[in-house]
Amino acid sequence: MKSIIIGLVIAISSFSYSQNCNYIFLGELKDFHDGTPIESATIYQKESGKYAFSDLDGKFKIENLCAGTLTLTISHANCDTKTVSFEINGDTFKTILIEHHIEELKEVSVIAHVDQKETKTAQETVLKELTLKKYSALSIGDALKEVAGVSSINTGSSIVKPMINGMHSSRLIMLNNNVRLQDQDWGIEHAPNMDINAVSQISVIKGAGALAYGGDAIGGVIVTNPERVFLKDTLFGKTTLSGQSNGRGYSANTKLSKYTKKGWFASIQGSLKQNGDFETPDYVLTNTGSNSKGFTFRGGKQNFESGFEVFYSYLNNEIGILKASHIGNIGDLVSAINSLEPLVIEDFSYDIDAPKQDVTHQLAKAMYYKRFNNFGKVNLQYDFQNNQRFEYDIRVGDDRDKAALDLKLQTHTLSSDIVLDAFSDYKLKFGIMGRYQNNFANPDTGVRRLIPDYDKYDFGVYATTEHNLNSKMTLDFGLRYDFNRIDAKKFYFTSRWEERGYDEDFSDLIIDDLGTQLLANPVFDYHNFSVSTGFNYQLNERHSFIGNYSLSSRPPNPSELFSDGLHHSAARIELGDLRLTKETSNRVSASYIYNSKQFNLTAEAFYNHINDYMFIEPTGIEQTIRGAFPVWEYLQTNAELYGIDLSANYNFNAHFNFSNKTSFTVGNDIENDRPLINIPAFNTRNSITYTNDWKQFSASLTSDWTFEQTKYPDNNFETYIASIDETVLVDVSTPPSAYQLLNFYSEVTLKTSDKTNLNIALSVNNLLDTNYRAYLNRLRYFADDMGRNIMLQLQYNY
Amino acid sequence: MKTIKFLFITVLSLSALTSCSSDDDTPEAVNEEEIITTVRLELTSASGDVVVLQSQDLDGDGPDAPDFSTEGTILADTEYTGNIQFLNELENPAEDITEEVLEEGVDHQVFYTFTTNNANSSVTYTDIDADGNPIGLSTTFNSGTTSTGNILVVTLRHEPTKSADGVSTGDITNAEGATDANVTFTYNVN
Repeated sequence: MKSIIIGLVIAISSFSYSQNCNYIFLGELKDFHDGTPIESATIYQKESGKYAFSDLDGKFKIENLCAGTLTLTISHANCDTKTVSFEINGDTFKTILIEHHIEELKEVSVIAHVDQKETKTAQETVLKELTLKKYSALSIGDALKEVAGVSSINTGSSIVKPMINGMHSSRLIMLNNNVRLQDQDWGIEHAPNMDINAVSQISVIKGAGALAYGGDAIGGVIVTNPERVFLKDTLFGKTTLSGQSNGRGYSANTKLSKYTKKGWFASIQGSLKQNGDFETPDYVLTNTGSNSKGFTFRGGKQNFESGFEVFYSYLNNEIGILKASHIGNIGDLVSAINSLEPLVIEDFSYDIDAPKQDVTHQLAKAMYYKRFNNFGKVNLQYDFQNNQRFEYDIRVGDDRDKAALDLKLQTHTLSSDIVLDAFSDYKLKFGIMGRYQNNFANPDTGVRRLIPDYDKYDFGVYATTEHNLNSKMTLDFGLRYDFNRIDAKKFYFTSRWEERGYDEDFSDLIIDDLGTQLLANPVFDYHNFSVSTGFNYQLNERHSFIGNYSLSSRPPNPSELFSDGLHHSAARIELGDLRLTKETSNRVSASYIYNSKQFNLTAEAFYNHINDYMFIEPTGIEQTIRGAFPVWEYLQTNAELYGIDLSANYNFNAHFNFSNKTSFTVGNDIENDRPLINIPAFNTRNSITYTNDWKQFSASLTSDWTFEQTKYPDNNFETYIASIDETVLVDVSTPPSAYQLLNFYSEVTLKTSDKTNLNIALSVNNLLDTNYRAYLNRLRYFADDMGRNIMLQLQYNY
Repeated sequence: MKTIKFLFITVLSLSALTSCSSDDDTPEAVNEEEIITTVRLELTSASGDVVVLQSQDLDGDGPDAPDFSTEGTILADTEYTGNIQFLNELENPAEDITEEVLEEGVDHQVFYTFTTNNANSSVTYTDIDADGNPIGLSTTFNSGTTSTGNILVVTLRHEPTKSADGVSTGDITNAEGATDANVTFTYNVN
């Protein structure tokens, strides 16, 4: 049929060729999205070399056309240039749709220096590749500390969990290329499984304002995105090699990307990192080596109207835990706290022995989108994650090389969203999400399960809207509902079940009685409603104000519900509680932003009130054959967190720049009138940077000053140590002293050819080799933090 | 129309996903493999009298405190051969962890510390590991004089520094390492 038409057209056109050249072409230019006419577009007629312009109604007219092909190239300030051809065999009228949409253009064309923010009214900071590349040999948690108000809670130097305004773990959502990371994030010593080298841009959103990602982000959302897709025929890559003195570490990372004009793209990336034992100024931190292997593939087609993407990521981290932190009982903990140096110090080694973690995270995603005329864009995504976590403890006999913890967490998610952006003054987005998760705790470890087997079902639906009142004021509003069901099967010691009083409240959950152990089948449902609303007011070029309120709730995580046993490195018995309910946060925030050529300032304030805030606290002592242990129980209280984050930047002249990042956070347990544990102390980071156009040279000196945390709960306790026949005070609460670290960073970029360059960066962290311990490092009882570290990094861009 | 169809398929497939149910596998119970539930010190005199001091905690890290029991009577001024046993009675039959301690003798040592010693009792090591240092599984126990309320603390340390000052004679002060068992025996000498 098609060929007949084409044949007919050719026949007609060849027939009409003999006719005179008097045909008229009437064109009408319309926006693809909303059909509004496009005025003042330039229309270039290739055959005659003449130009035409569209009028107020988007119309234009070309006269004196001959029969044959008419090729028009349409260009407009806010549009991608489009070329169309028509066969002319008489007077013709055509509507031509063009892409008039500045927002989307940023996605598909090469425009530098555009902060693609995820939200309009939340406190959001974007970190770009230029910043991230400094952390290639470190972790994502280290890089995030570039944002004022973001700190980290560490286990040694390799396990770095980001903390936003004093909140971490399950209170944060982490997204990797639009996939919510599911990697046992409840664990304080479980670092996010994300390779910083696979990421091009990170957005840190404080609070729960970004409802599209989830309703339980009481602390915030961290969105990481891979490289933007370029719509041109190009092939480029980069290779980074680095070495560091502390830990004698080295790393290599390489990435190759291919893009085509038609929108096809493919990108592969791989990275390897290895380091041995880190060192403090005075001694080796035995067994702190780590080894990391990462690989990602991304490919697909991205056009304005439709596209798809497949993404796969693999990351394996093997991380040694400081040997001196393995303790047997309270007596050992007391000796460790009282000793100035760790109790085990051996010679430097790359070996990673127990205690250690070996975690493999795999993520696969397929995404498809289509844009509909006069409507908007529909996305559909399926993703699968497989998280395999092994933790090895110091064990004896046949079990020596057997993992003490073996958890496999598998997650399937199907999600879809619709963005209605056809209207010029407001934007609507709807989304729906379904998730199934299965956790399997392998019994072959021969150690009672820390976290039980469970199935989890999540369902979420949300709507957000953005309304541009006028050129200065933008309002947004969002609503979300989430349903969560957790269906677990857990063995309890009969004695524990009764001690908790579960035999009275939950006797119907028992499905098997093995005498000393009971098998329970708790099934809990949670319903959560979240709301977010705010404004963004741009007073003028310099001043703008942002305000936001959000309501969010978080159901208890598996650890808060089910923990039940001895936590070796902390020498405490941790107990979850089946009676816990969700916690609910009401957060208000306000920001003031000042922008000028010379000076930039962002001041962010927040107040977060959390009802039924879940936390862990010591409640008593229990005797075991290893000795006495304090019991820490998950409890709920009403809490408040508030604080201010400042970020300022001042340019003295073209070469010198001063910047400051300061954050101050307070956390209180309102019911018991005492401070919350693990709240970051006042921190201020000041940098002075010199830049020069010569080889894009820059050098900066940064002072990172962390005050002593004076607001902390006193969880100290007294214990009788039988072997020395003494009752001693176990000080697990007092924070370490303040410390100031100096860091140096310098780089040059050498042009190696037209399209290639070599970036050389030299950095020295802890320049003065200062001895310090950080309050937010869980290994602070056992050893100092890292000493001086000199790093050299070569990045070849081609 | 196409849009509606697309949306419809999306919603349908989402609901299909959320409604899929898992197979109801019952997990296997784990009987803790290495946990020490029982520390049993058996004292045998030359005449064949046997005294047993035992501390037993059958719920491991559970809330119940260890049970202490004594069988037999310790006689004054008597030399006993001491043998200590570490058992995991959560397994059936009970696992004898003493064997592992013996096999990895260089990485273990048992310490006997008197916190109240009215009897003036003493314990001396009678075994050695591959490096010639004591392990402390076999001992000689001298009961001392008639008295009540004597307290003996028995500690099993993993990876102690056996070369440290006093460790080979049974002084725990400089031993370091991680504690695997720490029990308190109260006894009378008659």
